[in-house]
Amino acid sequence: MLSAAELAIVALSLQIALLATVVCLPFAIATAWLLARKKFYGKPLLNIVVHLPLVLPPVVTGYALLILFGKQGPIGGMLETFLGITFAFRWTGAALAAGIMGFPLMVRAIRLGIEAVDKGLEDAAATLGASRSAVFLHVTLPLVTPALLAGTVLGFAKAMGEFGATITFVASIPGQTETLPSAIYTLLQVPGGEDAALRLILLSVAVSILALAVSEVLARRAARKVAGL
Amino acid sequence: MSLNVDIQSKLGAFELDVQLRTKAGTTVVFGRSGSGKTSLINAIAGLTTPDQGRIAFRDTVLFDAQSGVHVPSHQRRIGYVFQNARLFPHLSVSQNLDFGARFAKEPLSVAERRQMIDTLGIEALLNRRIAALSGGEQQRVALGRALLSVPRLLLMDEPLAALDTARKQEILPYFERLHAQGGPPMIYVTHDMSEIVRLADNILVLRDGRSVVGGTVEDVLADPANVKLIGVQDAGALVQGIISGHEADGLSTIDLSAGQLHVPKIGAPVGAKVRMRIRAQDVILSVSEPKDLSSQNILRARITEIQTGEGPSVAIALRTGSDRLLARITRRALAQMQLEVGQEVWAVLKANAVPPSAIARSENNGVVA
Repeated sequence: MLSAAELAIVALSLQIALLATVVCLPFAIATAWLLARKKFYGKPLLNIVVHLPLVLPPVVTGYALLILFGKQGPIGGMLETFLGITFAFRWTGAALAAGIMGFPLMVRAIRLGIEAVDKGLEDAAATLGASRSAVFLHVTLPLVTPALLAGTVLGFAKAMGEFGATITFVASIPGQTETLPSAIYTLLQVPGGEDAALRLILLSVAVSILALAVSEVLARRAARKVAGL
Repeated sequence: MSLNVDIQSKLGAFELDVQLRTKAGTTVVFGRSGSGKTSLINAIAGLTTPDQGRIAFRDTVLFDAQSGVHVPSHQRRIGYVFQNARLFPHLSVSQNLDFGARFAKEPLSVAERRQMIDTLGIEALLNRRIAALSGGEQQRVALGRALLSVPRLLLMDEPLAALDTARKQEILPYFERLHAQGGPPMIYVTHDMSEIVRLADNILVLRDGRSVVGGTVEDVLADPANVKLIGVQDAGALVQGIISGHEADGLSTIDLSAGQLHVPKIGAPVGAKVRMRIRAQDVILSVSEPKDLSSQNILRARITEIQTGEGPSVAIALRTGSDRLLARITRRALAQMQLEVGQEVWAVLKANAVPPSAIARSENNGVVA
């Protein structure tokens, strides 16, 4: 079956993707809500910045992260000095890169969901005495559940498969930042590594199919509930 | 004085300029589609902000453009039943019902809640999902949901408009019962006359965004000057009566203050007070006592006002006992009959002119029960 080294790679990949998705989700919801419901100065700019990682070559995003969040970088330096958080060449850095790359996908899916919510239902909740935050919590958010799930799955899948930005930002250090894609890439660079690479490839296919199947079941359940069935 | 509205708003090319002062009971806001009815109650609910003016309820100012007061919807305690129910699809019926209660300062007691659910006949629906409800059931749940949030005022935006006639007749009694059981004062938007007969104490008529006529429903409907405004098909005065018998031939007899009416059988017991609308176009006038007519409904009446307009027809106000009637006849007939104010005439109407939908049970002072 799986060797300890292979298991470690899968575990690390899951750990990185989970952290990236969980941390990104609240920010993605807030950003999606701003873009869907609010009019404010600089909204087009925010829209562009959020979508940049989607259109930039990943290696550019990774390099930008290295400049900003590296030990000498303006943000990375401050975080290290004041909070003791290091991103460069750590698994947390891999999670940061994976999160940034998945963020626009999450925002897009959730934003579409929020835009599809009937504002009339939110008005109805307000006349029943619900404050704006209560309306969001009890009406908007539950009605967005399918989009939330879709966004989360997309973000998670992107985080699991992220390669370019991750390898640029945190390299591929076994046990620290070596994820499934970077391990596969490394193996393919070595003569005779194809067999070991194939095992990891099949493994990543299995993880992806499992994640999709689970999300499909959850999404169906949520869609039925939101439709009032 | 409970609600006092004086607002102006410009929405694109549409201008809203409405004054409304309500007393206790139900005030019907009447007007064609596009006359500004929904804009008015959305402003009262706080869902929209008018450009100018003031809205006050009892001693609370809800909106005042000059001093910049705008109490948000959720703090107004004004219930709203929308035309299309707007139930929360992700919640069950009972979760929908209880949505507002958690925000209410003094929610209804368990017994009061049960009583409300019983009154609305929705007990069997409590565990259902929203998609499994019919249109009529949805509106009843929406009404219950609004009432369980313990509003001080209830707004209803054509709550029956999306339903067919049979469903309307099924739900109207719930609204009437609610009214009789001392529910909150209501602002009820509609353009359906049968709902006005059954529910209205007062009426405000809107036209092109302006409030043109307001007052008690009896006064407004009996005024010949309002015939065009109400619509020549729909115009007609309300009369009060008491059911005195149900005949074997399928007619019911109603005693009026000055005579009797025989109408198609109605479903209320002998002795019940009723209020009915007699359409102006169903009233025929005769200067001599009519004999050998097929109609059994002949009332002695006196002309109190003749309203001639530009069209070919004339609106005539009549008094019969303590009731008022409206009749619409042609200008030519007026000239040939030489009718004058003060003249005694006979008013004739066919039995079928008063269908059950134009009759409502009533208690004192026309308050529908």
